[in-house]
Amino acid sequence: MAKSIDVSDLNIYYGSFLAVEGVSMFIEPKSVTAFIGPSGCGKSTVLRTLNRMHEVIPGARVQGKVLLDGEDIYGSAVDPVNVRRTIGMVFQRPNPFPTMSIYDNVVAGLRLAGRQPRAKLDAIVEKALRGANLWNEVKDRLKKPGASLSGGQQQRLCIARAIAVEPQVLLMDEPCSALDPISTLAIEDLIQDLKGKYTIVIVTHNMQQAARVSDRTGFFNLSAVGKPGRLVEMDDTQRIFSNPTDKRTEDYITGRFG
Amino acid sequence: MATLTSPDLTPVAAALRGQKLPRWAPAALAALGVVLGIGASYGLYGELRTANAVVLSAVLYSAVQTAASFAVEGRRQAVDRLFTTFVYTAFLLAALPLVLILWYTIQRGYHVISGTFLGSSMFLVNPDNAGGGIYHAIAGTLQQTLLSALVAVPLGVLTALYLVEYGGRTRFGRLVSFFVDVMTGVPSIVAGIFVYAAWLIALGFQKSGLAGALALAILMLPIVVRATEEMLKLVPADLREASYALGVPKWRTILKVVLPTALPGIVTGVMLGVARVMGETAPLILLVGTNPKINLNPFSFSQVSANPQTALPTYIWDSFQQAAGNPTHPAAQRAWGAALVLIALIMLLNLVARTIARFARARG
Repeated sequence: MAKSIDVSDLNIYYGSFLAVEGVSMFIEPKSVTAFIGPSGCGKSTVLRTLNRMHEVIPGARVQGKVLLDGEDIYGSAVDPVNVRRTIGMVFQRPNPFPTMSIYDNVVAGLRLAGRQPRAKLDAIVEKALRGANLWNEVKDRLKKPGASLSGGQQQRLCIARAIAVEPQVLLMDEPCSALDPISTLAIEDLIQDLKGKYTIVIVTHNMQQAARVSDRTGFFNLSAVGKPGRLVEMDDTQRIFSNPTDKRTEDYITGRFG
Repeated sequence: MATLTSPDLTPVAAALRGQKLPRWAPAALAALGVVLGIGASYGLYGELRTANAVVLSAVLYSAVQTAASFAVEGRRQAVDRLFTTFVYTAFLLAALPLVLILWYTIQRGYHVISGTFLGSSMFLVNPDNAGGGIYHAIAGTLQQTLLSALVAVPLGVLTALYLVEYGGRTRFGRLVSFFVDVMTGVPSIVAGIFVYAAWLIALGFQKSGLAGALALAILMLPIVVRATEEMLKLVPADLREASYALGVPKWRTILKVVLPTALPGIVTGVMLGVARVMGETAPLILLVGTNPKINLNPFSFSQVSANPQTALPTYIWDSFQQAAGNPTHPAAQRAWGAALVLIALIMLLNLVARTIARFARARG
C-alpha cells in the first residue's frame, strides 16, 4: 500500500517569488527519505508540495509534476482533500487540537473527514496509539485533553493522528526539532517501525538524525539569499555521508559551511 | 545614608545592592499626604472640602514620595515610583464611575425589590401610587434581546468567518470590514429611525417587540463581528494546517476545529453585544414604546394600549417622566429598582455565558 513519489521539474512560488527551482527526484516506497540543507533552502517547501499543503498559503503556487504511483497529484481533476488523505503529515511543532481529548484527537481525521465507522473507532485508536508507541502511556486517560501531554507525547499523538487515517505516505517536517533527546529517540525508533508500512519523507536540521533514520538523503542548497533553492544531490544516505558526488554536499555535511 | 551599607560587604555585593526605602514607607507617606492634603484644604479655603482634599492629598503624596525616593534610592527608582502612582491613580479614576453607579443604584433600588415588584405589571396601577412591578418589562427586555441576538449572532459570526477564513484580503472583504467599522459608530437612534422607515412605513408593519429587536440587532451586529473576528484570528494557523493535512475539507475544519477553539472568546464577544443592546433605550421608545400590561408575544401589536411591549430601559425612562423630578415619587423609586434589576440581569447573563463557554471547552 505504500506508494512511490516521482517529482519532475518542480518550481515552487510564493506569489511572484520563485522559492525552489527545478527539483526532480524519485522517492522509493517503504523507505525513509531525508531532506537536509541550510535554513531557507526550501526543503520544507518541497515537502509541503508533496501533499498539496503548499497552496494553503495565499498566493502560493506550483509548476511541474508530482506523480504518486504514476498519478499526477496536481492534475486538474484531482481534489487536494483526497491527496491529503493519502499523504499524511506531521509538523515541526506538536499541534494536537486543544478542544479535543486524546481519543478524539486520534480519530479526528476519520471523524472530521466524515468517515465514521463508529464501532471500529476504539480498535482504530488503540492501533494508532500502539503504532505511535504511545498506547501504554495514555491508555488510562484517553478522555483527558490532548494538550495535557508532554511535548514528546504530543508529537507522538500527532503521529498517531496522522496514521489513524491509514495514509500511504507520511511526511514529517522537522518532527523532532522541538523535542528533547529522549523524545527524539522515541520518534526515531517509531520511524524505523513505520518504514515497514509507509513511505516516509522527513525534513531535518540534524544531520546525525538523517544518517540514523534514512535510506536516502537529498541535499538542498541555495546559491545566495533571495535566490531559489535547488536540490543539489540525492543518493543513498550512506553515500551522501561518506562519499558525496558534489563538493557543496561534502562541505555542508563536514560542517565547512552552513 | 552611606552608614546603611555594611562595611564587611565585598565590592561586588555593594555594587549589586542599592539603597531602598523601607517597606512601610509608601503607607507612611500616604498617611502624611492625607494629613498634608487636609491641612492644605484648611489653609487654602479655611474649611475641609473633601474633593479638593482628596486631590491635594494624592498630589502631595506622589510629590513627597518621589522626593524621598530620589534622595534615598536614586533617579530610576524615583521615576518608577512616580509612574506606578500614576498608573494606580488612573485605574482608580477609571473604576470610580463604575463603583459609584453600582453604589447609587443599589442604595436607591434595593428596597423597592420584592416578589410583587418582580412578579407583577403596571396594569391598572396609577403611576402616582406605590405598587405595581416590572414583570412585563423584564419579559420584554429578555424577549427583545433574545430576538435581536437570534438575528445578529448568526449573521455576525458568519460575517467574521467570511472575513477571516475566506475573503479578508479581497477588495470585497476590505469593503465589508470598512462597513462593519462604520456600523460600530451608528448612533442607536439612527438605527431606530432606519427600522421605523423600512419596517414600519415602507413594509407597513406595526410597532412590536420584533421591530425594536431589529434595531437592536443592527447595533449588536458590528460588535459580534469584530469580537468574533479577533478571536478567529487568534486560532493558530498550525491547527488549520493539521486539520487540512488529515484530509479534512475546509468547511469541516472551520466547523470542528476553528470555531470550537475560538468559542470562549466568541461567547464573550456575544455577551458584550448583548450587554450593549440590553440597556438601549432610544430605538425602543420609537419602535415599541411602553405598555403597562403584560404582553408575552413580541410579534403582536397590543389591543389594549397604544404600544405593544415594555422593556426595562423604556420602563425606567417612562417612570422618571412620571416622577417629574421628584426623587421620593413612587415612580422614581420603581425606576431605580428597575435599573438595579437591569444591571443584575446583564451581570447574570455574563456569568451564565462564561460558565457555558468554560464547560463547552472543557468537555473536549
